[in-house]
Amino acid sequence: MSAAPQKTKAGAEKIDVIVSAIVPLNELVTRFEFKRTDGAPFPPFSPGSHTVVEMDDDRRTRLNPYSLMSDPADTSTYAISVRRDDAGRGGSLFLHNRVEVGDRMMLSYPVNLFPLDLRARKHVFLAGGIGITPFMAMIAHLERMGHRWELHYTCRSKALGTYAEDLTLKHPNKAHVYYDDQEQRIALEELLDGQPLGTHVYVCGPKGMIEWVHRTAAAHGWPEENVHSEEFLAPQPGKPFEVRLCKSGITVQVGENESLLEAIERCGVDAPFLCRGGSCGQCETDVVEADGTFDHRDHWLDEEEHASGKKIMPCVSRFVGKSLVLDR
Amino acid sequence: MSKFQFPESIPSRPVYGTLEPRPGKAHLMIADAEGAEALLDLASVDADLVRAAHIIYIPKKTGDTYVEKLRALGPSQLHLSPTYEASVQRIRRVLADAHMGLQVYLAGTEGLMGQAEAEATHAGIPHGAIQSEHRGSVARRMQCVHCKGITEDVMTDPFVCAHCGLHLFVRDHYSRRLAAFQGVCVDAEDPGNVPDPVELYS
Amino acid sequence: MTIQFNEETFRDDYSFRNSDRAIRRFPFPFHEDSYMYSVNMERHQGGPAGSVYEMRFDVDEHYVSEMQDRALVLSEDPLRCQSLPHMTLAGWDTLELIMVSKSEDYPDLFELHRDGDRWRWINKPMGIDHSFTFLDETTLPCGPLEYITRQAQGDFAVLDQRDDMLYMDAGMVTTQADWSLDFDIGMDFFEWHAPVPLAHEMGIFKRALKFLLNVRQAAPARRLNWTMTVNPLLDTSPENYHKWGVQKATLTSENIGAKQHLRVELQTFHRLPRSNALLFPIRCYLIAFQDLVTIPKWGRRLHRVVRDLPEELADYKGFIANRPLILDYLGRYDDGLPTSPGVWPDLEMEPPLQK
Repeated sequence: MSAAPQKTKAGAEKIDVIVSAIVPLNELVTRFEFKRTDGAPFPPFSPGSHTVVEMDDDRRTRLNPYSLMSDPADTSTYAISVRRDDAGRGGSLFLHNRVEVGDRMMLSYPVNLFPLDLRARKHVFLAGGIGITPFMAMIAHLERMGHRWELHYTCRSKALGTYAEDLTLKHPNKAHVYYDDQEQRIALEELLDGQPLGTHVYVCGPKGMIEWVHRTAAAHGWPEENVHSEEFLAPQPGKPFEVRLCKSGITVQVGENESLLEAIERCGVDAPFLCRGGSCGQCETDVVEADGTFDHRDHWLDEEEHASGKKIMPCVSRFVGKSLVLDR
Repeated sequence: MSKFQFPESIPSRPVYGTLEPRPGKAHLMIADAEGAEALLDLASVDADLVRAAHIIYIPKKTGDTYVEKLRALGPSQLHLSPTYEASVQRIRRVLADAHMGLQVYLAGTEGLMGQAEAEATHAGIPHGAIQSEHRGSVARRMQCVHCKGITEDVMTDPFVCAHCGLHLFVRDHYSRRLAAFQGVCVDAEDPGNVPDPVELYS
Repeated sequence: MTIQFNEETFRDDYSFRNSDRAIRRFPFPFHEDSYMYSVNMERHQGGPAGSVYEMRFDVDEHYVSEMQDRALVLSEDPLRCQSLPHMTLAGWDTLELIMVSKSEDYPDLFELHRDGDRWRWINKPMGIDHSFTFLDETTLPCGPLEYITRQAQGDFAVLDQRDDMLYMDAGMVTTQADWSLDFDIGMDFFEWHAPVPLAHEMGIFKRALKFLLNVRQAAPARRLNWTMTVNPLLDTSPENYHKWGVQKATLTSENIGAKQHLRVELQTFHRLPRSNALLFPIRCYLIAFQDLVTIPKWGRRLHRVVRDLPEELADYKGFIANRPLILDYLGRYDDGLPTSPGVWPDLEMEPPLQK
């Protein structure tokens, strides 16, 4: 054992890739396919995993997580589907507008914060919009393993129904699509009540949909452990603020449209991270001193830790006040 | 009242609570002996809940003491069983036919609650969602780690394994899967030196 | 690399012996002259050439004999290897990880040939040459976890990761320091560690769990744990405790050098790709006191560690009754000289015993 433990590199291990295909699916969503530059097979992954895509956008390095939607058993290609968000922070716009086939990029090894519970008697998937992506991988996997599943997928319209037709054609009895513009709704309560004991429900979509599913399931006697959700918290913009990094000896100005973690990285400090979405705990940072209020937006720290003012998750949380000193 | 205050112990040792009404589409209640008191208490908080319930009750030594009172609650089903073993097939069938939204309430001895909980988790209900309230005897189900046999109703430490005859000391280490505490040979390092048995919790 | 494999026993006549090489590379666990629990994790990413840390799954001179002992334990008690139904995929992940690692790290001993899902595995030390279909259990003589761990030293716990918790849902456990897979299978991280004194109150397990939940693919971690055993008995199981427990009482000042062993576990943690489970190998290394004290620094340090160890730990680690005898023996190898920080023998730096 070394006297000094090896420094852990920030982020998950990285894979060098080239963009092998760009497939626009509709007005908003495009699929990006990748192959490894060394030609070797990709690592296998568990469905529900995401990869953090590193993008070199001349002014800055962007790191965005996207669900892997490819069949986990197909190790020749990784694929993601990205919804263009004109009002967002620019990651999806960069991919849609600037990336071309043949470009070199970096993907992180897969990380899974939205896994299947393999003990389940049956898996019920509830997808809203681009939330369909993790379920594409899950469905491929469960079909291969011969496990029971069902999909209920809401889309704004047929034109924006990403993969809706493929799914209903391939799995006419198991995939059900609901179009908002035709006033079709998931009959959630009936759906939940009829499930055999040991069914697990997975929801991926807008915050409102996720909350609706958790609330309804609880009201109908479902245990929490049987309801799974994934919501990628994009770091929300906020008022700029200043932070002092006492270990690195520098003061950083966090801009309105960058997260605290991004600002730290921009200043050359190698801070640990993993999911970049407030869920995994890797970026947990100790607060040395604070005169102000914390804006905690993560799912990692507990209530006590939020209240203590001694810890912060820089990938999504922010601060308002006179001064903040972090142990970085 | 037959509520016992279990001393604080290691993380694997189960901790019991107080039954409370929970939202659900169906309610299954399993109790033995003085566990009926917990069901009666629950009914006084929410009579409608218990009227909708399927109750499986094993009176054991309490005989008729609670039977009429339970009947008077008007549950949708009240099944009296002479022993837990006799009720297992029924419990498994109820769980196999059940849908999500089933709430499970267990009351009585640790042995009954542990075994019923194991059936429910095997059927797909996470143990955190199963309610349990201890009443009555504090005797333990003990598994002999050597021969794997289970000795019921253990009240002393050490005790004799009902299967292989070894003298075993009582550990608080508990397995939900087996619904039993662990018993380990007490005189392994000094064969023949068996301490006098002491009653549990004394 | 060629390894000379011992023919030795870990029971009955206890013919187990460490060569000089094995003694020098022994994973001595104490980096200072005292011991307390810590979440002492570090990256498992190689180590000094020839050390136990260098390869992903260390193979040493005891390999063949340890696997024979494992086979004996399993034939007497098949419940030492169990896998809950949903863990078969994790078993395949484990089989792949061990086969790929061993064939790459020890190409003279192991070969893996893959053509799609048609695999051929050659294990020269054990005389195995087997073709099978990956992910198809019907093409293996037993489940994938059991199949590969019958060919890998140390115990293996396979932990399912659900709801921010780890569950011991599968394992091969025949070289354990006194815990029962049959009893513990299905338990969560805090439950299976319940019997460890003091550590829970110190928050050790809370921090360790957070770390382990975030171990990711291609970034394994490792740590050391330790205890003591009388005689080089690998199978110190609770199941057989009524048979081996009495050996503790056979220790005397004449035989303690040969009989008392320091038992160190090299624990590693690997994220498994298809199942997202965590593989937790627990590799057991044994060294007799009389061999350990040939390294002056280790003799000095072990005496001090055992002398100052809190009673609860000495009790939990099973040697409290023999502590006086142990201190008596080790005291002879502690001349009070200072020791260098770190676990390595430091033979060039550390002076020989001054007594």
